Amino acid sequence: MLRDQDRIFTNVYGYDSPWLDGAQGRGDWDRTKDLVVRGRTWIVDEVRTSGLRGRGGAGFITGIKWSFMPQEVHPQRPHYLVINADEGEPGTCKDREILRHEPHKLIEGCLLAGVGMGAHTAYVYIRGEFFREAEALQRAIDEAYAAGLIGADACRSGWRFDIFIHRGAGAYICGEETALIESIEGKKGQPRLKPPFPANVGLFGCPTTVNNVETIAVVPTILRRGGEWFASLGRPKNAGTKLFNISGHVNNPCTVEEELGIPLKDLIERHAGGVRGGWNNLLAVIPGGSSVPLIPKSVCETVRMDFDSLQSAKTALGTAAVMVMDKSTDVVKAIARLAKFYKHESCGQCTPCREGTGWMWRMMERLVDGRARVEEIDVLKQVTQQVEGHTICALGDAAAWPIQGLINHFRPELERRIEERRRAAEREAA
Amino acid sequence: MPKLTIDGVEVEVPAGLTILQACEAVGIEIPRFCFHERLSIAGNCRMCLVRMRGSPKPIASCAMPAADGMEIETATEAVHNDRRGVMEFLLINHPLDCPICDQGGECDLQDQAIFYGFDRGRYTEGKRAVEDKNLGPLVKTVMTRCIHCTRCIRFATEIAGVPQLGATGRGEHMEVGTYVEQALASEMSGNLIDLCPVGALTSKPYAFVARPWELTKTESIDVMDAVGSNIRIDARGNEVLRILPRLNESVNEEWISDKTRFALDGLRRQRLDRPYVRENGKLRPVSWNEAFAAIARRLDGVAGERIAAIAGDLVDCEAMILLKDLMASLGSANLDCRQDGARLSPLPRVSYLFNTTIAGIEAADACLLIGTNPRWEAPIINARLRKRWRRGGFAVALIGETVDLTYRYETLGDDPRLLSAILGGEHPWAGVLAAAKRPMLILGQGALIRPDGEALLAVARAIAEATGMVAGIADGEEGWNGFNVLHTAAARVGGLDLGFVPGPGGRDTAAILDGAGAGDLDVVYLLGADEFDTSRLGSAFVIYQGHTGDAGARRADVILPGAAYTEKAATYVNTEGRVQQSLAATAPPGEAREDWRIVRALSAALGRTLPVDTAAAVRQRLIAANPLFADAGVVMSAPWAAFGRMAPIADTPLRSSIGNFYVTNPICRASPTMAECVAAFTTPPQKKTGTDG
Repeated sequence: MLRDQDRIFTNVYGYDSPWLDGAQGRGDWDRTKDLVVRGRTWIVDEVRTSGLRGRGGAGFITGIKWSFMPQEVHPQRPHYLVINADEGEPGTCKDREILRHEPHKLIEGCLLAGVGMGAHTAYVYIRGEFFREAEALQRAIDEAYAAGLIGADACRSGWRFDIFIHRGAGAYICGEETALIESIEGKKGQPRLKPPFPANVGLFGCPTTVNNVETIAVVPTILRRGGEWFASLGRPKNAGTKLFNISGHVNNPCTVEEELGIPLKDLIERHAGGVRGGWNNLLAVIPGGSSVPLIPKSVCETVRMDFDSLQSAKTALGTAAVMVMDKSTDVVKAIARLAKFYKHESCGQCTPCREGTGWMWRMMERLVDGRARVEEIDVLKQVTQQVEGHTICALGDAAAWPIQGLINHFRPELERRIEERRRAAEREAA
Repeated sequence: MPKLTIDGVEVEVPAGLTILQACEAVGIEIPRFCFHERLSIAGNCRMCLVRMRGSPKPIASCAMPAADGMEIETATEAVHNDRRGVMEFLLINHPLDCPICDQGGECDLQDQAIFYGFDRGRYTEGKRAVEDKNLGPLVKTVMTRCIHCTRCIRFATEIAGVPQLGATGRGEHMEVGTYVEQALASEMSGNLIDLCPVGALTSKPYAFVARPWELTKTESIDVMDAVGSNIRIDARGNEVLRILPRLNESVNEEWISDKTRFALDGLRRQRLDRPYVRENGKLRPVSWNEAFAAIARRLDGVAGERIAAIAGDLVDCEAMILLKDLMASLGSANLDCRQDGARLSPLPRVSYLFNTTIAGIEAADACLLIGTNPRWEAPIINARLRKRWRRGGFAVALIGETVDLTYRYETLGDDPRLLSAILGGEHPWAGVLAAAKRPMLILGQGALIRPDGEALLAVARAIAEATGMVAGIADGEEGWNGFNVLHTAAARVGGLDLGFVPGPGGRDTAAILDGAGAGDLDVVYLLGADEFDTSRLGSAFVIYQGHTGDAGARRADVILPGAAYTEKAATYVNTEGRVQQSLAATAPPGEAREDWRIVRALSAALGRTLPVDTAAAVRQRLIAANPLFADAGVVMSAPWAAFGRMAPIADTPLRSSIGNFYVTNPICRASPTMAECVAAFTTPPQKKTGTDG
């Protein structure tokens, strides 16, 4: 259980003012200049010490990611920091709380991360639907400029730093870092091939690091309180605190900051008021946003909410968006709906995802009411495997995993529906 | 030089190669749809997947650079399964319409499906159907067949320079198209047909005409412009059905222009398939002997200086040299191969060649275009200029009409006197050229056919010398020659090489036409010459030898039916001075004969038999006339010398010599496809009125 003094996002519910006075009251922008002047190497080292892993889903170690940026800044190739605020993963609503209630944490984080990678410019790519959030962030940016916290001489440290907001147009795929870069450049949002990685050839062909909102927003607190402090929270290799979004069939859906590694059961029972109808009414949980495989109740009993524990449970932490499904859920229909989402959001660039997502969705729709043969479950599983890992970006994996999770854990349910329908058809014939 | 292991074999490949290219270097073929050597890498078809030791996922070999120590597997069961999966995905929404698809038999998808396809489909859902797009009269679309490899988009954007194609929609609704429906306004659009790995983009004029295995393929040379694109002529029976590009890195890489590709239906219309003699104002079909007899009767007793000959744009060197010999034996010095009146002379050779060579453009770093529109005069050369421009560090300026050349250039104006300013150093571009390491200029026929063409030639030479375009002069780089004349006629350089120009005291084209009009000439021999005002021939007796009934044939008193370029083994010299040999794909229609044979037979009928009886003997005659003809396929660099004559330059604006790309010679004027292109691409849209709907 996270102690209150270790809480980073103290205004996540917006009880206090999100604007500069309120933020400064909560400790933001406190002696930021001192942190800036300690320089690039110190910042990267401190973030690496903290063990912070990217909060956007993949969980790559942030300090290492920053160190991929070229050490020397070429005069013709400025470095860019890009903030991924295209929070589109179904079930996920953590970044929007930061954008509207803690924008100054993000802005301060941008400045410090910018120093950490030699960047003087940050672009914040905000999902198009986040209209009020973009307004709030813009207001906070304007405040920061007016107060001299960013701009030509950020915090009077001599470091020039500018932040620009770029609003997306509602495509899920633009949350993929290279598609996001394409979109900022004004092109169709389609992921790029890697290599070259953005740290070498990114935005406008220049070295770029793309980080999630939450990742950047925790950086100022880490630097202020020290990497060791952050590393002391959570579990080994899964350090720190994390915003969890709990939605679905719980009594009290909420966003809550907790230590990584908290047992899933604790998270649901303590913060979300428990499963609707009691713990025994639980059917399954999707623990990390729509793209990760679901886990049945048996796994939920013991699993801990961190990157490595969930991975060993054959799922993933993803964005830590916990979607709880009780026994009233038509789990096949739920997964079919996710399959439709991925079919709709595939960019269409590469073959397996373009063709496979449609195929998987259509099969799922038939499985919902058993219009299939039992062998087709195996065909579907094979199709997911033909997509998984064969695509340019991770959307193919994201489309495949929920279905794999369903087949792994709920195959009897799928077979039951097929059998039931077959029997009904036989009865009708007789 | 990274060293990697491919299927257990250690190989060392040049740096910068992709894994796919490295595999090819050791003889392992990787299937691919989206990858193409001349286009940017898209990596979207996923057909080229291979496995790499240490990588949990398969990798797209077309996009992954080969690096030291990689261990690549291309032949394992896992790789085969990866590709089978991709193939299955490609096929689920691909229609099973191979029997009615024009790509059948030369379809990459069909071929790869043999290796990676399943023997039955597992996809039982409904298939996708996509509305076809109208890309104009040349490219037929069946978009349901599209596999979204984006080769066409990349070609249009990168090579052709017309960024009109793109993808709209997302996921399985992604469609390739022009967004706002429009014809693809490129003179290179036919190459999309070759690039498309499936039957989504096929040739509209060739639709449902033939299957590839029915065709005989003949490697030949194009004559639609002076580039001498290397082509493959596909014929069935005695009919040319299509023309495709042939790889030649020095000339056309693997592209051809739309005129080269699609003008072939002009070969089937307006053909002169038997001799004619004009009697009482009407042409009467006759036998060869009657036609020759009519000529012999008319020439009987006519003095040599009252006879003249003009060679046209499409004629081959063999016919020209024999006609030149015949004229000499008739005692006439009145002959000219420059029917447009270009102020070029056979000496020195360097004065009329594209000396930089087409491939040499890629080494240039500044280019001045004078009185030319390369996009219409030589689309292939324009594509090279664009290729060079895309690499950056290539300044281009144009003196002439402002047109869209598909790359950015500086418009200096159309006043030819700007050249004097550049020569005098007053114009900023004098500095640009002087500062460039390898500057070049391209002088178009539009500048040379003017009355002051010789002065323009001279000032262009002087600019070349003053700005270091020529090796050894004014810090000109060793081996570099940036002085270029861009021809538009396939026959022109050959004619100049053979000296098909007025002898001492002879008349040139203008003087021939004046003389014929004034009654000073009795007989004019037109060897495929159509591109001038035939009414100026007055009452002269006109012999027209050619293959298509056009301006020359309409005026002729005797018509001798010759062979078109697809019907004869002949020699052409392109604008670089590259001697190239064509081969006959079909036989000439009806009574028509190869052109050199006609001249040879006529010489016998006139009692002045030329001493050549075989094609080999004609080639020997060519080599005797100019030793250059002994070396086919290569460019002999010509030594620099003085040429042109300084004179006042008129202020008439410089214009390209080509009014309309699609109709420049008798074949394309007879072509219905080219007529459709004119209507679709170069006719200004008409305003709707109350009466035309």
